[in-house]
Amino acid sequence: MSPTILARPTRGISTVVAVAGLALVLAGCGGAKVGDSAGASAGATSTGGSSSSGAPAAAKCGTFNIAVNPWVGYEADAAVVAYVAQKDLGCTVVKKDLKEEVSWQGFGTGEVDVVLENWGHDDLVKKYIDGDKSAMDAGPTGNKGIIGWYVAPWMAKKYPDITDGKNLNTYASMFKTSESGGKGQLLDGDPSFVTNDEALVKNLKLDYKVVYAGSEAALIQAFRQSEKNKTPVIGYFYEPQWFLSEVPLVKVNLPAYTAGCDANAEKVACDYPEYILNKVMSTKFVASGSPAVDLVKKFGWTNDDQNVVAKYIAQDKMSAEDAAKKWVEANPDKVKAWLPAG
Amino acid sequence: MAILTSTGALAGVRARAPRRLVSVGGLLLGWLVLWVVLRGHDTLSLSPSALTPLHRWFNDLNDAIGRSRNSNPLFLYFFNEIRAALDTLVTFVQGLIAQPAYGRPIPVVGWLGVVALGGWAAAALGNIRVGLLAAAGLVFVGLQGLWRESMDTLALTVSAVLVALLIGIPLGVWVGLSPRATRSVTPVLDFMQTMPAFVYLAPMTLLFQIGPASATITTLIFAMPPTVRITGYGIRSVSSSVVEASESLGSTRLQALRSVMLPLAKRTIVLGINQTIMAAFAMVTVAALIDAPGLGKVIIKALTILDVGASFNAGLAIVVLAVVLDRVTTAASERVEVSRRRGRPSPARRPLVIGGLVIALVCVYLSRTYLWAAEFPSTIQLGGRSISVGVGSRIAQAADSTSAWVLDHFSGVTNGFRDLVTVRLLNPFQSLLTDSPWFVVVLVVVGLALVVGGRTAAITAAVCLALLIATGLWEDAMTTLASTLVATVLTMVLGIGFGVWMGRSMRADRLLRPLLDAGQTMPAFVYLVPFLALFAASRFTAIVAAIAYAAPVATKIVADGIRGVPTTSVEAAVAAGSNTWQVITKVQLPMARRALTLATNQGLIYVLSMVVVGGLVGAGALGYDVVAGFSQSNLFGKGLAAGLAIVLLGIMLDRITRAAADRAQTTAHL
Repeated sequence: MSPTILARPTRGISTVVAVAGLALVLAGCGGAKVGDSAGASAGATSTGGSSSSGAPAAAKCGTFNIAVNPWVGYEADAAVVAYVAQKDLGCTVVKKDLKEEVSWQGFGTGEVDVVLENWGHDDLVKKYIDGDKSAMDAGPTGNKGIIGWYVAPWMAKKYPDITDGKNLNTYASMFKTSESGGKGQLLDGDPSFVTNDEALVKNLKLDYKVVYAGSEAALIQAFRQSEKNKTPVIGYFYEPQWFLSEVPLVKVNLPAYTAGCDANAEKVACDYPEYILNKVMSTKFVASGSPAVDLVKKFGWTNDDQNVVAKYIAQDKMSAEDAAKKWVEANPDKVKAWLPAG
Repeated sequence: MAILTSTGALAGVRARAPRRLVSVGGLLLGWLVLWVVLRGHDTLSLSPSALTPLHRWFNDLNDAIGRSRNSNPLFLYFFNEIRAALDTLVTFVQGLIAQPAYGRPIPVVGWLGVVALGGWAAAALGNIRVGLLAAAGLVFVGLQGLWRESMDTLALTVSAVLVALLIGIPLGVWVGLSPRATRSVTPVLDFMQTMPAFVYLAPMTLLFQIGPASATITTLIFAMPPTVRITGYGIRSVSSSVVEASESLGSTRLQALRSVMLPLAKRTIVLGINQTIMAAFAMVTVAALIDAPGLGKVIIKALTILDVGASFNAGLAIVVLAVVLDRVTTAASERVEVSRRRGRPSPARRPLVIGGLVIALVCVYLSRTYLWAAEFPSTIQLGGRSISVGVGSRIAQAADSTSAWVLDHFSGVTNGFRDLVTVRLLNPFQSLLTDSPWFVVVLVVVGLALVVGGRTAAITAAVCLALLIATGLWEDAMTTLASTLVATVLTMVLGIGFGVWMGRSMRADRLLRPLLDAGQTMPAFVYLVPFLALFAASRFTAIVAAIAYAAPVATKIVADGIRGVPTTSVEAAVAAGSNTWQVITKVQLPMARRALTLATNQGLIYVLSMVVVGGLVGAGALGYDVVAGFSQSNLFGKGLAAGLAIVLLGIMLDRITRAAADRAQTTAHL
């Protein structure tokens, strides 16, 4: 409104603006002031919140830095841990949106205290846990990570034997696309995950070509279209994943995993192992004696638990905080087990 | 007279064109023959998980830097100091407009204050129209429910732009004064603009840690070059006679710079600032991957749940902020020009500016005092009822239902179109590039560069190709090159079509320009999901995404060129009985030759800057290598090599097309 005053002297406009400005000032006098209790609560940020009044007077928590890796299951973990740390331990939680590698880099400098859902990542373990010892294992999350090849439910119903990897060659021509050069297309995806798929295709003598979709979004969209339009798609996927509650993809069984069958990356001819997802903490953070250390160590839940919170976030479009609140209030016993006794 | 010059130029072009065409045709024919004979030999292919010694060496280097960062004096006294300074700057600006600061639950200036100050500043620097536009734009992002995110983005962008100007303008002046500086700085600027940010995100957090400093520097690297280049250009184009005149009057070089060159180049410099701001906005989403606060985070979060609506809403806020700043800086550069001509600022303006400032300051006071003026309200109380003022959810819903409608009605057609282009155009061309032995491709490309660009272009091409082989990613580079060239051809088809229409009709210009602006500033991450739904994960999807980004620039440049054709030539052609088609193809397009080559050059560079985004939607090759390098630490080196390969492709294509453009100009002047 004020810039209108700058108009080439058209008196009418200036007058209107002056009146409007005056009205604004007058109207303002009726409003709530900044620093009133209402103002203070409205100003509290969602992540770095003020410590809650209901928190038990335990050891001082201070700032608690959670890395949030970019997938919804992880966000669910982070949301719940952040909510509990803030509400019950009085921590000032700072969530940092980072990719895995960057998160682990942050352990050494104290910018990241915890990674809540780690999928193996042997390279990072070697570098930061065994190597410079800036990080340490904080135990399993209780979630089991499954990686493999999946098809949409309609395909498993129409071609029941497709879920046996031995039969994949019979269906190869069905999966041809503009990208697969005459072979069946095996859609690989998110570059964050380790894949043996090229070696698998070769060693299992499959008539397929690995096509790199390049992102989780691309994979999900491919499977979504597959189910909706009944177009054949086979690709790399994993659980727990929120999308499975929208379209329950069916896993294709490859020769079962046995210990060591994936030792030589070039010769792999077996399915992926089951990943025990774990938490990783910064060594500095553990030494700090923050009550959140204990919370992180004790935190654990099932795939179903995580899927519920992930569904709140992904499908019901709730904010991470609201989703966590809803789950925590519905599961007081589980949460209690993560907190100090008494 | 005009007719004489234009036909003269055409005659010159015709005399040379056939010879060149024959050579190009000969080269291509030879290539085809060699391809048939030698197909599949020496293709230098490398599987996606394989590494070369160079890639491993990059990995080791990265690890070594990581290990030494607590002990190396370079870190202790250099990187850490820079980080501290930038963190302070960004936190300060955030405290002003975005985040709670100084023990208060709100930023120093609340929304009303920001709107008023923003409007005032825009009006004072530009004109009253852009002042109103700025205020309206800011209110709009507030109504979208994205006030704090927008202010975070604005704070980060403004800080990055400030630092970019602080370094870039002096550097640009130096570049403008010294041809030697130009030669040494230009490759660095090329590097900064074409190296994909995904490559340096992780090293950035290694050097400057996680936080505002890393995000600022990431933005800075991409945003600074335009200011340097355009400032240099501005200084250089101040005619030497003016400078000589001032020096003959006894002023020193420095005085001449201050009193003559800088004032005369001021308008151009402001245009450089404009380009820097636009480039900074292009980095908002990418910087969010290393925790940069603001709208980028909203888009990344929305992408993880494929929420088209939420991501469109946030993307629209970026478009609004970028367009507002674009219009304000453009208006500011015009004002600079006007006041320079007039000699001094108009006296009637001063009291108005001061009056405006007073009112803005009152608003700032209000926004520090009253809650309704501090935090952007989501509802307003009117006569006892509370009315929701947010438009964010409505925009999101509209975007959702529009994209759903498009998918339902077009996905059959789009797949057919994809297959047609892929099978008929992309696959054969890609096969030609990737299945030919490397030495054949090198010979053909260098030969083509020689024919269309000349000797310097050919040497540059040879050097770039040699280095490409050294990156170990030859086959991936050829795959990417194939998609890039196909995308550029399609970009130019669209660019010429719409550009001619816009250049000939003011109404079309008014209609299309906002759409083009939106296409240029809307983050690609917003339309990835709908594009994936339409075309599935494929190279073609990547091509479409690249076109969406590159076609607006090409269109604008073509339109500009068409408009630059003297009306007398067009009128003469019409008088001589040419129909519209003949006017376009025989007069306007040939006379806009230089604009067309420039548009091709820029189209190529813009397409190339989307290679990484393409990697996210199924393009594979270099784009995927870069993305995977950012995601997996053992692939870091390969990602870096892929980034370098993209830079090399960029420099090679840029030099060839630019040399061709220069030739076009000299031929046109014959």
